[in-house]
Amino acid sequence: MMTSDSFLELRNISKRFHGIQALKAVDFGLLPGEVHCIVGENGSGKSTLIKIISGVYTAEPGGEIVIDGVPQPSITPAGSMKLGIQVIYQDHSLFPNLSVAENIAIRHHIGPGHSLVNWKGLRNKAQKTMSKIGVSFDPDRLVENLSIADRQIVAICRAIATDAKLVIMDEPTASLTRQEVDALFAVVRDLQERKISTLFVSHRLSEVMEIAERVTVLRDGMKVGTYEAKEMDDQKLAYLMTGQEVCYPSLTDDSIDGKVVLQVENLSKKGNYRDISFVLHAGEILGITGLLGSGRTELALSLFGMNPADSGQIIVEGAPVKLKSNQDAISKGIGYLPDDRLTLGLVMDQPVSSNIILTILEELLDTWKLINEEKRRTFIARGIADLSIKVSDPEVPVNTLSGGNQQRVVLAKWLATKPKVLLLDSPTVGVDIAAKVEIYDIISRHASQGIGIILISDEVPEVFYSCHRILLMRKGRIVAEYLPRETSEKELSQKINAG
Amino acid sequence: MRKLTSNVQKLVDLIAMKRDTTNTYLLVILVVLIGVFSLMLPGKFFSTANLQSIAFQVPELGILSIAMMIALLSGGLNLAIIVTANMAGIVAAAILTHFIPESASGAVTGLVIGMAVLAALATALLIGILNGWIIAFLGVSPILATLGTMTLIGGLNVALTKGYVISGFPAPILFIGNGVVFGIPMPMLIFAGCAVFVSLLLRRTAFGISVYMMGSSEKAALYSGIHIRKTLLKIYALSGFLCGIAALVMISRFNSAKAGYASSYLLVTILAAVLGGVDPFGGFGKMMGLVLALLVLQVISSGLNLIGLSGHLPIALWGGILIFILFLNILRDRFRGTRI
Amino acid sequence: MQGKTGKFLKSTEFYLLMVIVGLSAILAVATENFFTLENLFDVLVSYSFLGIMAVGLLVVLISGGIDISFTATATVAQYVMATFIIRHGGGWGVAFLIPIAIGITLGSLNAVLVYNLRVHSIIITIATLNVFYGGLIFVTKGKWIYNFPDWFANGFSLFDFSEADGTLYSLSLPIIVLLAVLAITALLLNRTSVGRQIYAMGGNMDAARRMGFNLFRIHLFVYSYMGMLAGTASVVQAQLVQTVAPNAIVGRELDVVAAVVLGGASLAGGAGTLLGTVLGVTLIAVMQNGLTLMGVSSYWHKVVIGLVILVSVSITAYNRKLEERRHAQIDV
Repeated sequence: MMTSDSFLELRNISKRFHGIQALKAVDFGLLPGEVHCIVGENGSGKSTLIKIISGVYTAEPGGEIVIDGVPQPSITPAGSMKLGIQVIYQDHSLFPNLSVAENIAIRHHIGPGHSLVNWKGLRNKAQKTMSKIGVSFDPDRLVENLSIADRQIVAICRAIATDAKLVIMDEPTASLTRQEVDALFAVVRDLQERKISTLFVSHRLSEVMEIAERVTVLRDGMKVGTYEAKEMDDQKLAYLMTGQEVCYPSLTDDSIDGKVVLQVENLSKKGNYRDISFVLHAGEILGITGLLGSGRTELALSLFGMNPADSGQIIVEGAPVKLKSNQDAISKGIGYLPDDRLTLGLVMDQPVSSNIILTILEELLDTWKLINEEKRRTFIARGIADLSIKVSDPEVPVNTLSGGNQQRVVLAKWLATKPKVLLLDSPTVGVDIAAKVEIYDIISRHASQGIGIILISDEVPEVFYSCHRILLMRKGRIVAEYLPRETSEKELSQKINAG
Repeated sequence: MRKLTSNVQKLVDLIAMKRDTTNTYLLVILVVLIGVFSLMLPGKFFSTANLQSIAFQVPELGILSIAMMIALLSGGLNLAIIVTANMAGIVAAAILTHFIPESASGAVTGLVIGMAVLAALATALLIGILNGWIIAFLGVSPILATLGTMTLIGGLNVALTKGYVISGFPAPILFIGNGVVFGIPMPMLIFAGCAVFVSLLLRRTAFGISVYMMGSSEKAALYSGIHIRKTLLKIYALSGFLCGIAALVMISRFNSAKAGYASSYLLVTILAAVLGGVDPFGGFGKMMGLVLALLVLQVISSGLNLIGLSGHLPIALWGGILIFILFLNILRDRFRGTRI
Repeated sequence: MQGKTGKFLKSTEFYLLMVIVGLSAILAVATENFFTLENLFDVLVSYSFLGIMAVGLLVVLISGGIDISFTATATVAQYVMATFIIRHGGGWGVAFLIPIAIGITLGSLNAVLVYNLRVHSIIITIATLNVFYGGLIFVTKGKWIYNFPDWFANGFSLFDFSEADGTLYSLSLPIIVLLAVLAITALLLNRTSVGRQIYAMGGNMDAARRMGFNLFRIHLFVYSYMGMLAGTASVVQAQLVQTVAPNAIVGRELDVVAAVVLGGASLAGGAGTLLGTVLGVTLIAVMQNGLTLMGVSSYWHKVVIGLVILVSVSITAYNRKLEERRHAQIDV
């Protein structure tokens, strides 16, 4: 859908890297003041497209880029900025040790071409920019003291301080609470009113649909289509993104044993959560959901010994336990897969093998307290086979694996400890849909072997289809319990967001 | 001819593609250096006397370098290794010179020597534990913590000795630094022992794997159930203990102890470790690399000495070689296309 | 305004200031000579060298790097300068120009290596320390130089004034140079674009690159600045002791690091103020001076300083731990 008054038009854009076709003949158009979202799996080409728009990459010959009616044969990053295109990456590219004012006005006052700093002018510019979108931060506050959501807004301020006509945001709502997302969307609507276009790249389909006017779906480097957001829903998008019907594994109650593996009674921790009580059976997958900030991860960390509760009881297989460290938790049979796989779940630069055995090093020792090479190899091979980890050589660094495979390594690591209870915190973030389903399969398979699983997630389809029971947390308390068969995905989503 | 070039090409590919090329580079450099010096100094360089001399000198720097390497692997740094060794040496020297009466029997001498050795090792171990405690339990960064202890212990060394040299040890202890066993100098045997022991520790124990993983990502190791604090304590304790061993070799070689010995070695141990392939950010590095690096450094020093160009030229060359190797690494990464 | 004062009260600089004031008060009472003009001037002169070096190192630390080779740079600069003016004369202009030029050259070499070899600057500068120092000793064979021309021995000064009892005070060369360096660096860090770019690069190098800052030029500037100040400091030191010796300066790198770190600069980059560094050096100066005046043998000085460093970094680290625990709490 290309009209002559588009702000941005891309025609026949292709890009090749070392024999991989990242983009193929993509057409794309953006109207002034439009809020548009690009969705696609990992490797679909979304970030390549963004980088071509912002001038970091150059498209193959034959492609055309037209901005504001003027054809642009080649764009550089500096050039794209001059044309009014600003990108806000996930890390915001802010300077944490500089003040809000400096960060906002930096392009105008600091950098090549400026010798002395005009502090007065800088502060004025910052104040004016902030008032343009109705925010007011303390201009002298160091950015490192702001919350992630506030930093994002400062980043947006910086973008419009340079008279941006298009603001591109990469995963802007990750790690934002509901209120913060609302605040962000208010700012986006403000940009809309000023005829500044916004382009989102995001995984959070439900949020995306709230704010976007149109959605473009990319798959395998090609454009599947551009659609009106109001005509779309999760499932349609998922189907378009993957090209196949996503089939969640059907869950039966057969795996559930009557045995209670974990019982939590009146667990409380000041500032984290209050009066948490529930029961987990062997073979059961219990979902805990709720918005960011509801206390889910804090609760999980308490069950894992890294955030000891103030009061209440944790009972594992009938025996009360005191968990003061994660070594305590592991010895009692509790394992935890952190939500931040990259920094907490795996040691990225180190081999797959070392990562898998990291939790059970003690078990590989022989009489001389040395690691038995035979045992080590068997353990690793078993882990790889059990979880179908696609890797040719276990000694390669784990950061060379795909997201889905990396998560399997994390699972292998924890299953090696023969846990009774497994806490999975947002286990499929950043994982492609097809890989997600495979992971759910693995999870339910291991549940049926007698492990009790707690699945913490804020992706509604994930908890809805993969859990036997769902607990809803809000502001640190458990406010409701649902059985998937007695409710619907939509209803669940509404209840979660109602808080 | 074509077969030769294609084989050379294959060899180059093999070397370039090998994930860890450091040891290969070092081995090549070592062989080249030995070759060059042997040609320049026929009969003098490749002689038993010279090789033995090298074998006598490497261990001091060597054992201290192992102490530094352990800290580096864990993602830290131990700036206090020299002062730790000096204090251990001073303690031993004090015991050796004050507790042996003129007419002491062999048994008494032996006993005192034993006490001195134990005291040196214990002192070094305690300093190591202090470092470990400050780093692990107070959460101070290793550079700052060891900077502080380096100043403190260094100051104590000077204060206790008033700058004087303590010398005159009983003969038996001089064997540690000067004796020869089956043609191999005693210090070299001690160094080899330390190298083998630490290498085994790093490669084949749970502790060793924890050190590497922690060095790469302390947070991820923490979340995997590794006792971060205990491991840090052990690392710096071990580092300190090795300094104690180095101290015994040093004082025995010089038949004396004083504050400020080997102070120029501190930065050289870091240089040797990095030259040997230890990643200064932690997580990677093998003992073989360190040993090769130390040999390269010592061969340079020894060769230049024989030519008559001693003094500080070797040190300058060491710095130059490190820069050269780093440069080679950049070329290799570019060749492999893994440039960040 | 409330915010700014409040922030200062919680900062490292404030604590340092309090400690210094406290110490000074104790020393003023405990010794008869501490709080005299003569003593204070003496201290100022003797620590000007450390101060100038510390300022240079601060700039490097802010940019996210570190430089250990500045002592060697300073020594090389001294040797060249001394040899030249003894043989050819030249006056103060030459006496400062040569070391500054050498400092900038060697500093630029550091910058090129640090930027291109992609290894942490501590490793690079350890290597260049060895190269510079080793090269110097090889060329000079470690000879001392001490036959400076008279004009060099006399130094220069401004604002002579004398006290009632006839003692002469003046702003002598070390003090003038120190004040000039402080003024220029203050201007640099707070009012110039380059200065803010240095902070920016130290705070988030990737962002700085994306913003279009020329990282190589900033590296070049930072390490050359350090080199320049090392050269400048070397002149001050040579003038004070009237000799140039190979190991007078080399070996004291970590003293300077300690002073800057005490002053609140972070080894990770992006943080550190000129005031903090000045206070850090002042604290060390006051401590050592105090110990000397109280008759404590100089052998024990380092012990005390070591303890102060340990206590100071421990408190900082512990505070940081508490801060982290006081995380975002949920309204339960």
